Order: sequence, then C-alpha cells, then structure tokens
Amino acid sequence: MRYSAFSIIRQALTGNVNWKPAWRQPEPKPFYDVIIVGGGGHGLATAYYLAKEFGLKNIAVLEKGYLGSGNVGRNTTIVRSNYMLPGNEPFYEFSMKLWEGMERELNYNAMLSQRGIINLYHNDGQRDAYIRRGNAMWMEGVPAELLDRAALKKMLPFLNFDHARFPIMGGLLQKRGGTARHDAVAWGYARAADRLGVDLIQNCEVTGIRRENGVVTGVETSRGFIGCGKLGLAAAGNTSRVGEMADLKLPIESHVLQAFVTEGLKPAIDHVITYGAGHFYISQSDKGGLVFGAEIDGYNSYAQRGNLATVEHVMEEGVTMIPGLSRVRVLRSWGGVMDMSMDGSPIISHTPIDNLYLNCGWCYGGFKATPASGFCFAHLIAKNETHPVARFLRLDRFERGYPIDEHGAGPQPNLH
Amino acid sequence: MASLIHCPHCGVRPKEEFSIRGDASLVRPDPEASDEAWNDYVHIRSNPRGRYREHWQHLAGCRRWLVVERDTFTHEVFSVTDASSVAREAGR
Repeated sequence: MRYSAFSIIRQALTGNVNWKPAWRQPEPKPFYDVIIVGGGGHGLATAYYLAKEFGLKNIAVLEKGYLGSGNVGRNTTIVRSNYMLPGNEPFYEFSMKLWEGMERELNYNAMLSQRGIINLYHNDGQRDAYIRRGNAMWMEGVPAELLDRAALKKMLPFLNFDHARFPIMGGLLQKRGGTARHDAVAWGYARAADRLGVDLIQNCEVTGIRRENGVVTGVETSRGFIGCGKLGLAAAGNTSRVGEMADLKLPIESHVLQAFVTEGLKPAIDHVITYGAGHFYISQSDKGGLVFGAEIDGYNSYAQRGNLATVEHVMEEGVTMIPGLSRVRVLRSWGGVMDMSMDGSPIISHTPIDNLYLNCGWCYGGFKATPASGFCFAHLIAKNETHPVARFLRLDRFERGYPIDEHGAGPQPNLH
Repeated sequence: MASLIHCPHCGVRPKEEFSIRGDASLVRPDPEASDEAWNDYVHIRSNPRGRYREHWQHLAGCRRWLVVERDTFTHEVFSVTDASSVAREAGR
C-alpha cells in the first residue's frame, strides 16, 4: 500500500481497519544469496539498496530482537556532514544527499528537518580549528558558515554567552544539518526493503558462522541453519561477538552512550546546538521534548544502561551552556551500546574471508550515516568492490598505519 | 557499574574516585617485535561480553594502578588487585 494523503483519507473514511502491516513476517528460507546480520538502520538500509540499486534478489536480514531495537532507536537523531578529514567528509556528504531524497524514495515520512547544526566555540584556538574544518567542508563542496558572537546572540539568545570559564565566542553552522525521526528511518527502510522482496527475519539470533574451505557457507541461528552466498555483518555494538564467530580480530570496543529527553515544551530551541567546551548536544523534537546527550560513559559495556555520574556530568554541561535548562524536568534516559573503533571512524570493508563483509565502528555517529552506510555496504557486497566515497574506511587501515582520527585522540576508544 | 570499589589499599570507595584506562590483558611488545605484534597491541581488542580485566587508577585515593575484573554486561565486580602484584605474578 502506497502511503499518501489520499490513502490516509480513504482509510479514515473506512474506519482505519484496512491498514496492512508495513512488512511481512516470513519464515527463513534454507538459502539466501546475501544475508545481513543486524536489523538496525544500517542493516535494513543495506538490504534495501542491495535490492533497489544493485538488483539483487533473495536477500535476508537477521535480527536477534525486533527491527530497529538497537541504536537506530536510541540515538539523538542528528543528521550532519560537518567533518574535516578527506577520509570522512565525502562519505558523510554522500549520506546527507541521500537523506535529502530519502523520504520520497522510500515513500515514508522520516520527518527530516534541516534546521541547521551549530558547533559553539569558546576561544581563539577553537575558532581557528572550526575555520579549518569549515574550509575543509567547502573543499568538498559542503557549505559551512562561521557565526560571530553578535550573529549567534541574535539567533540563540538563551545561551550562556558570558560564562567566566567558557564564554561563547561564536559557532560553525551547517544549515543543511538537522534531525530526522530515528524510528521512522528504520521502519521506512524496512518497509521499502520488504516491498522489494527482502526477508526481514526477527527474533533470529546468529549463534555461529559456518565456514568451509575458507569461505562462509551460512549462519547458525536460534531458528536453525541458514545458508548464504555472501554474509554482511552490521551488528553495531555486538560486532566483536559476531566477528569472533568468524575468528575476526577487530579494532573495536563496545561502550555505553546515554541519551535523554525532557518533558514536552513549547518551541524553544530551533537548531541542533553542540557545546564546544564539552561534548553536549541538544535539539528539540517535534513533540516538544529536548533531546540531548554527551560523552560515552568511558568504560567497556554491553549493557544498554549507563551510570549516574555521567548523567550528572551531562546535566552540568547542559546547564552551563543553557542556564534555563535547570528548570526543565527530564522525562527519560537510556543507553545504547556503541561499536567504538580505535580511530573514531567507521569501517565498511572486506575481511580476510572472501565472502564475509564488515560494517562497524560507528562510534556515536552512526545515525547520520545510515543511508550512505547502507548504500556503500550494498555496493561492496554486490560488486565486491569498495564504493569510492568509502574507500578510506577499510579494516586494514589500522595495521597499514592510515587511521582517520578526526579528533587526534589516538587509539583510545573512550576518548573519541 | 558497581557503585563501590574495594581498593586493596584504601578500602571501600565510591567508583567516581577511579579513572578507567581500559583492557588490562594487553602486554606491551618488545620494541623490536613485528608490526603484527604491535598492531595487535595498539589496535586489536578482545572486547568480551562478560568477564573483563581492566586497568583502573585510584586517582582520588592512593593513585595506585589497579586491575579490576568485572562483567561488562552485569557490571558485577569480581576482584580488585594492585597492578604491580598482577605483573609480578605474571613474571613481568
């Protein structure tokens, strides 16, 4: 069923009883040409582009829980392409362009809102670094704008401009950045992939990867053995566990990142704003809740819950940046398990096993990358060839000595 | 994460006094070791879901480096040992 204003009216007039489920609940077949492990944003997008762009049939996505039960439904919904390094920026800009056409393509309202993202700076050195990053963006054809204090005061009068330790001097604006409804992205890709014949198999946990003569022949799952021609891993925080089933040695640590939402407020914050003196970021959802988060907790964790000390730290950062937040009540907080890579950048890559492909290392930037990650991973799986914008995101860049370290933090995942 | 850590030198202390560095199973290779050995040390992590040994420093206490064994899913803490005694036991 195609979604449109007409379909809403027609269903409303007939009592809303004729809506069909957005996707099937198929039984697993004995063999698929391609299996994707992980039914989150990236896995679903990969399956969709495999079918849509590369014409593959006979694809399955295996998900141990329900579709979109992991990080795609746990993030702070920010979409942007304001990176600096040449290994990253073209990839994220490719993603941004896919975002801009995604809703029409998927026939699904992902509530993309290009409200602008502003990174605040607090000293001369940081301003110079932002100018450099803005120029790096322009070199890839991505508009960026440096805002001075006066311009910022007009736009965001509620900021704490005259904080004694971290005065706000200005910000770097990417106007095309913004937010999207995270769940809708997963659902949109799931529905579109299903309509192209992809089997989305939920409650199907992969427990082993069967190999013969050095190639993958299929996966052991909680619903029995399923054979495959090619296997793609998009397991995010559980990448190391799935990779271990194929004896992959991975530069990944799993860490917990928390996020928060407040009670609904009238429109107050029109942009996505990030704090330069910490790692705090905030936006307001269409429902009115302020959605925000900050750093990872800083220790390895597979638990989707965080630590109170980090909660306190995040609140302190928020109130330092916007004093008015101190009167707002937090509604919920939650955690997600991040696949932190050793340089803070993602991996879309071949592996030492010929028909096994890897998509991981999204740290806490995976949501914005969802469309490009799916597209480039599908390209890699279908053609056995790296997509040009993802050519730096190889697994072997670490041993070759070509990390993409956006923050210059070194191989220490809890610092990225 | 457990709220209280039993420091072998200072007794039971809130975990906010500690700073967590990461994987304690890694052993720094010889300077002349192969590139592969160095890559394994610098980049490759076992990242288990379950028991994990980690280097912690008791920053707001004795400032000793400790090895904390804990579960990365339940956050249960099994043992806290001074890092130097762990190294001595391992013959390093």
